[in-house]
Amino acid sequence: MKAYELVEHQFDVIVVGAGGAGLRATMSLAEAGLSTACITKVFPTRSHTVAAQGGISAALGNMGEDDWRFHFYDTIKGSDWLGDQDAIEFMCKEAPAAVIELEHFGLPFSRTEDGRIYQRPFGGMTTNYGKGIAQRTCAAADRTGHAMLHTLYQQCLRHEANFFIEFFAIDLIMESGECRGVLALDMATGTMHRFLAQATILATGGYGRTYFSCTSAHTCTGDGGGMALRAGLPLQDMEFVQFHPTGIYGAGCLITEGVRGEGGILRNSAGERFMERYAPNAKDLASRDVVSRAMTIEIREGRGVGPERDHLFLHLEHLGADVILKRLPGIAETAMIFAGVDVTRAPIPVLPTAHYNMGGIPCNIHGEVLTVRNGDPESVVPGLMAIGEAACVSVHGANRLGSNSLLDLVVFGRAAAARCSAILKPGVTRGMPAAQATDPVLARFDRVRHAGGSRPTAAIREEMQRGMQLDAAVFRSGSSLADGCRRLAQTFESFSDLRISDRSLVFNTDLIEALELDNLLRQAVATIHSAGNRTESRGAHAREDFPKRDDANWLKHSLAWVTDDGAVRFDYRPVHLNTLTGDVDAIPPRARTY
Amino acid sequence: MVQFVLPAKSRYKDQPGRHFPAPPAAKRVRRFRIYRFDPDSGRPPCVDTFDVDLDRCGPMVLDALIKIKNEIDSTLTFRRSCREGICGSCAMNIDGLNTLACTCPIEPKGAESRIFPLPHLPVIKDLVPDLTLFYEQYASVKPWLQTREPAPAGRERTQSPRDQELVDRPSACILCACCSTSCPSYWWNSDRYLGPAALLAAYRWIVDTRDETGGERLDQLQDSFRLYRCHTIMNCVEACPKDLNPARAIADIKRRLASRDD
Repeated sequence: MKAYELVEHQFDVIVVGAGGAGLRATMSLAEAGLSTACITKVFPTRSHTVAAQGGISAALGNMGEDDWRFHFYDTIKGSDWLGDQDAIEFMCKEAPAAVIELEHFGLPFSRTEDGRIYQRPFGGMTTNYGKGIAQRTCAAADRTGHAMLHTLYQQCLRHEANFFIEFFAIDLIMESGECRGVLALDMATGTMHRFLAQATILATGGYGRTYFSCTSAHTCTGDGGGMALRAGLPLQDMEFVQFHPTGIYGAGCLITEGVRGEGGILRNSAGERFMERYAPNAKDLASRDVVSRAMTIEIREGRGVGPERDHLFLHLEHLGADVILKRLPGIAETAMIFAGVDVTRAPIPVLPTAHYNMGGIPCNIHGEVLTVRNGDPESVVPGLMAIGEAACVSVHGANRLGSNSLLDLVVFGRAAAARCSAILKPGVTRGMPAAQATDPVLARFDRVRHAGGSRPTAAIREEMQRGMQLDAAVFRSGSSLADGCRRLAQTFESFSDLRISDRSLVFNTDLIEALELDNLLRQAVATIHSAGNRTESRGAHAREDFPKRDDANWLKHSLAWVTDDGAVRFDYRPVHLNTLTGDVDAIPPRARTY
Repeated sequence: MVQFVLPAKSRYKDQPGRHFPAPPAAKRVRRFRIYRFDPDSGRPPCVDTFDVDLDRCGPMVLDALIKIKNEIDSTLTFRRSCREGICGSCAMNIDGLNTLACTCPIEPKGAESRIFPLPHLPVIKDLVPDLTLFYEQYASVKPWLQTREPAPAGRERTQSPRDQELVDRPSACILCACCSTSCPSYWWNSDRYLGPAALLAAYRWIVDTRDETGGERLDQLQDSFRLYRCHTIMNCVEACPKDLNPARAIADIKRRLASRDD
């Protein structure tokens, strides 16, 4: 291996990723006077937060009665009791202030007649502990994520934050169990940069592209999760992958749950509003896992629509052109472009589509990354934090409620920055990490860069994606998961036979896609093995051979370690069934119906 | 007489490109002629020809590019992310028009599709342009809420639905740069003319009833280049893949400046 010249950087804090969580943290860190670098592989406003549509939840009560305690209850029930109740309390209580703050930053929220933030109903969001339907989801038409991401980037500009744009983070620099920073590739020049910092915050998003059909952007490759696994750290609750009920059939593009919030209805081939049978109270606004399972059953039982009877219809034409134009203009556009449908006249063909990863890097409510050390399941990994979809706090447990993810981003982005401000002194530096901390990282990078095998990235990636789609879908069974694990092991193994064709240095996306694939593969392995390991059904994890929730054995977070040769090891962390303060009572597990 | 000489490496027609034919069994073949430039190679740019089997390809131009990268030539370089027209990564010039590859259907008729990077920007590689100046111009209009009054404690600033409508469309810009790089005035004077995207961003804050620095924002634009190099050519409106209207925003800024009392 030729020696790589490293361009050196020293900061107080490094944020990897410039989506909602990364930008929220970055702006506060810059504002607080900590020298901060935000490293991102795409220009900030290209991050996948931009595609969030429906809104951000907060019990503002602008459109009717609400209370953050109702939100707390809904989130716990939505999580199928796998969410940590202290973290959920923290998030729901912080929500109103976090949303008001976004408005104060200039986010162009839609408005009520009296000029307040407009709120719409969303799946699983109720009042009075399940009795009524809440209007809790604060919206900027149907492009709330776009409005939020741009607003946060604008705030970062205002605070003159440092960005390293189109820098691809390769790996964490770990020394004696502590994170010292990251190594990153400047894509425009092909030079390698070493960023050292007192704290490194991973805000790298989910790994949706492990699936063949997903709402996620091409860039959702879970780079932080991949880096954590390579650093010998575990990922938590990886078996819980959310399938969004309404991805456009074929294209996979997201159609927001806000459509059903505004009154849209799912119908089968008989024209029946089938959700009335599966969720008599919430109907189309049941939790996403519930709706996706119901849709899958409808299709399996022959009541799908289309020539192959393999999808369903989402109707919104009865809402009228006015509501559609005002509240759902983006949906109208997307449906026209990707399904050729005029939504004022015809239904949208939809299918449950991989959408969100509840699992991720385990961390506490301050964003500090946790691992199990000497029997302590809350052991903090010094110098390393994680926020957003990359993290698993866990506020979403086994199933996330719609509009809780934008909330997660800003609440924990802010909390992580606050933690850094509280515990770090600006300008403190330490010596260089030993060569052992960076040499293996560079060696791995060099192997991929010069990979001269026979399989191109795209071939390995598609094999992985099709396997995950087949064996780790809405419904899972022990036998198909076992098959899936076996097949994925071969795919994983074939990465050693990778071929890179682009040998150039400048903007080598062939190389970047291979590095992303490495991250995806490790997390695909963690996901499918965790799914095989968890012998119960809970939230988004539905086992046909274990159809019941099993609190006696499985009311716990699973932790998965994946070695470089694809071997998986498990351990567990207890679910926090306690609240953070006395402001609200814990909700003990009970049956979950909508 | 003055001789104008194009800089080295600016001519793509001097260099023959490669041709990748479709598999013999392909029935519905579409030809894509794609601009290629690899600075590492030391060679001038050229145009490669890829014949793609449309029966095994998604409906959008981005699908074709990804298919080419996945199956034919993995060195083909372009930006892409959301694939649904909201992130603004895959802006490029397709058959002479700036648009997003992900929402641009492959035209089944005609001889071929010609795919080039956004015009009049430095090219980093293939279809990847250098947008540094574009982003700096965006930042230069201070695209964030500026107020003198402190925000109300514990609640939002109120804004009527009618006032919100003023910012609703302008704030939907995705910074893809299709508009600015379609503007001949911007081609000539991008060093001093802000271009339609940055002006639309400025306008978005000028019309936001919550912002209290509209006057200063207008002062900043009162400049024969920054604003007034817009000659209402209207290419920006044509190019915008989100159906926004930067030209109208610019006209409204000019109108506001013209009707100021001072």
